[in-house]
Amino acid sequence: MEDLNAATPSTARDPGRRRFLTLLVAAPTLTLATRLIGSEPVAEAAMRAPALADVADLGDVLILAGKPTSHLLVLELREDGTVRFQLPRAEVGQGITTAIAMLVAEELDVPLGKVEVHLDDARSELMMNQLTGGSNTIRSMYEPVRATAAAARGRLLAAAAIALGLPVDRLSTRDGAVVAPDGRSATYASLARPAADRALRAATVAPKKESTHTLVGTPTSRVDARAMVTGTLKYTLDLEVPGAMPTVLRRPPTINGSVRSVDDSAARRMPGVLGIAVIPTGVAVVAETFGQALDARDALKVVWNDGTIDGLSDADIQKKLRAAALPFAVPPVLTQHVDAEFDFAFASHAPMETNSAVADVREDRAEIWAGLKSPVVAKQTIAGQLGLPESKVTVHVTQGGGSFGRRLFFDAALEAAQVSQKLGRPVKLMWTRVDDMRHGRARPATHHKLRATLGLGKVLTYEHRVAAVETDFRHGLGEILTAMGSQLPVGGNLSFAQTVFHTTVKVPYDFGVVTELLSEIPLQMHTGSWRSVYSANTRGAEEILVDEIAEKLGKDPVAFRRSLLSSARQRAVLDKVASAGRWGRAMPRGFAQGVGFHEEYKSCTACLVEIDARDPRSPRVVKAVIAADVGRPINPRGLESQLLGGLTDALSTTLRAGLHIRDGLPLEGSYSQFHYARQKDTPRDVEIFVMPANGEPGGAGELGVPAAVGAVANAYARATGIRPRSFPINFPVDFTPFPR
Amino acid sequence: MPNYTLTVNGETHRLNLPADMPLLWVLRDKLGIKGPKYGCGIGVCHACTSHLDGKEIQPCQVPVADAADREVTTIEGLADGDTLHPVQEAWLEEDVAQCGYCQPGQIMAAVALLKRTSNPTDADIDKIENVCRCGSYFRIREAIKRAAAKM
Ligand code: FES
Ligand code: FES
Repeated sequence: MEDLNAATPSTARDPGRRRFLTLLVAAPTLTLATRLIGSEPVAEAAMRAPALADVADLGDVLILAGKPTSHLLVLELREDGTVRFQLPRAEVGQGITTAIAMLVAEELDVPLGKVEVHLDDARSELMMNQLTGGSNTIRSMYEPVRATAAAARGRLLAAAAIALGLPVDRLSTRDGAVVAPDGRSATYASLARPAADRALRAATVAPKKESTHTLVGTPTSRVDARAMVTGTLKYTLDLEVPGAMPTVLRRPPTINGSVRSVDDSAARRMPGVLGIAVIPTGVAVVAETFGQALDARDALKVVWNDGTIDGLSDADIQKKLRAAALPFAVPPVLTQHVDAEFDFAFASHAPMETNSAVADVREDRAEIWAGLKSPVVAKQTIAGQLGLPESKVTVHVTQGGGSFGRRLFFDAALEAAQVSQKLGRPVKLMWTRVDDMRHGRARPATHHKLRATLGLGKVLTYEHRVAAVETDFRHGLGEILTAMGSQLPVGGNLSFAQTVFHTTVKVPYDFGVVTELLSEIPLQMHTGSWRSVYSANTRGAEEILVDEIAEKLGKDPVAFRRSLLSSARQRAVLDKVASAGRWGRAMPRGFAQGVGFHEEYKSCTACLVEIDARDPRSPRVVKAVIAADVGRPINPRGLESQLLGGLTDALSTTLRAGLHIRDGLPLEGSYSQFHYARQKDTPRDVEIFVMPANGEPGGAGELGVPAAVGAVANAYARATGIRPRSFPINFPVDFTPFPR
Repeated sequence: MPNYTLTVNGETHRLNLPADMPLLWVLRDKLGIKGPKYGCGIGVCHACTSHLDGKEIQPCQVPVADAADREVTTIEGLADGDTLHPVQEAWLEEDVAQCGYCQPGQIMAAVALLKRTSNPTDADIDKIENVCRCGSYFRIREAIKRAAAKM
């Protein structure tokens, strides 16, 4: 079945567009459709969400949710032979624009340099298919992107068949051209226009066989690397939006505090100040430069209303968590068992680019720019708050300077819109680093109780009780889970959190009867999923327990894990790090190796680290060996970057980086206090192995964290003889907090 | 307000500004030079790292008065037209960047380090304080060594 509408080249009326527009393929897994630029999408292939019985993980849920609109992708072939692809996802450093460009280049047989990937604006018609999370971009886009590019290739072939007077099956595509057996060829540039002819009949072309891929699967550098190293890549606050002036907020002394009264008389008289406005989250100052805005912000005299956790500190939260952890089912009587309890502190997302947004709100319309992983929900919410119809709000997704889960939330965009509306002028709003750490999002603190009962050298039962401060999923994922709830195999009326927990956390080992339960305490704080959601802590704690069980049973940690893993893929990554990392080699006193394994989203990984813990209060991971099997790596080089980042996240949060909550606010306000690793804290020797393709692409963006958490903690325990129970392991308040 | 003459990446600008305005905001908000990034504003993240008379500075910590009549170089001024600096080339070859936000500062810090010592040891590299929240440190290390070998 085909529903074909080819785009017509635009006319002289719109000469600026002429160079771009030629063929637009908004295509399809099942239905091929094209659309006219400037018109509403024609592709209305009414597809239902397929009822899959076997939804195994969160990624599957996201793919399922996106299915009905997964064909609405826009690929443009221009008359200069370049290809523009609009990606309805957010690039925040994870390398998806490069990987997607590779898929397009492969499928179309064009050099990678000819493909431009642009981040799509919020597109309401995509509904649930524009959320970047759950390590899901490649998993959800792999088929649709290839199908779209294949459809474009089909049209190019059909157009070339006419131009060259040969049947399509005699033609092939190579290096941006259709070539005939007699040596003649037609470049895509020359075919762009005829290929866009509505009257052209093109057969549906299936994506290439993976065995014929020449670019996909090969290590490739980022497509935007040159812009990054020359300083020309534009992040949100680097955009030149006419009239948008620097804006900062004065925020409350405790989380969720609100403004009672403001005396802005001094601030208003300060140089450069252009406007001051009260919005629900604080007092905004607009000025000619950020420096002046910050000075005026400091001159504001604000009286604040209470926040939502005033007076609450870590000890109180920990007490609540301990009380909330559900009891074990199996009593320890008479059985040999291993019990352990763990605590993890809050961890800031702390992306390098602080929360920021540009907004230009007018009477009858609004335009927003921000790094947004859930732009459709952002658009809906902002439109509602501004009192504008959704169709009058344009939300541009800009490339973000890191996220780690943070940019699922659109708080900066909403604030910028509120300030712009109040003051009647465009603004560019920046969160300060202090605000970003104290009022930004954080991975919730958790408490873990684990019990394994043993018999005959095996684990008979295994229980894990997780108590967590509530994770906020109200950024679009929650809506997706609600909508997909009836199709989930987990049944019942699980909360978002329970659904995420049970679709992301699983024990990869043969541990007999396994129960893992989550309970949450509802504190009104700014939490959010942090790279690997529950798994960094939950699986990290489990990896520590695995070592302790092995010790109790007198087994080697690698051999023990190996005996409990059921698939060859799982064992292969473990074997790889054990051999490449020379597991078991003799180490000087104070040094040790540690190992961890993790599996999620149809991928698996093992990590082996060596730690120098001669000073237990100042340990350093000195070497790391990682192996990962992601089913089908698209860009191994980008994947290695993700695994390297996961390792750094893990060693940071395991050893030193966390937030202390004191009287309703984190104490930490900058990188001098929240000790995310620096060069001196990281290994000088890292080896990463990407296993060869053996199936469909799995998730990879978050994969690296949990195994490395286990490896680092286990290495620390073996080097020092100290069993770590609370994370980060070294967590003093070694600084003077900034004033509130 | 005092008048300052500022040379940035070879271009001279005359500006009327308060003496204590941090150079970072002069560059970004007054001159539209966006390569130096804000990451903390207090001299700890080094995302803004640039050069003053060839030496590493954190522009968020340098009042504009201190930069007057001197040469400021930001990441935009490092390459020679289309010819990249060897450190930038090494960054591409190692594919260092993830989100890229810290990388202008990382590169400027690396260039300054290589000026001080042409063959930096691991211990020298350890002294670079620039935060990379994406955790690309190992590739930064490899790129610095590669650049040193080139230069
Ligand atoms: S912004 Fe200058 S050091 Fe952080
Ligand atoms: S590459 Fe993202 S902070 Fe360094």
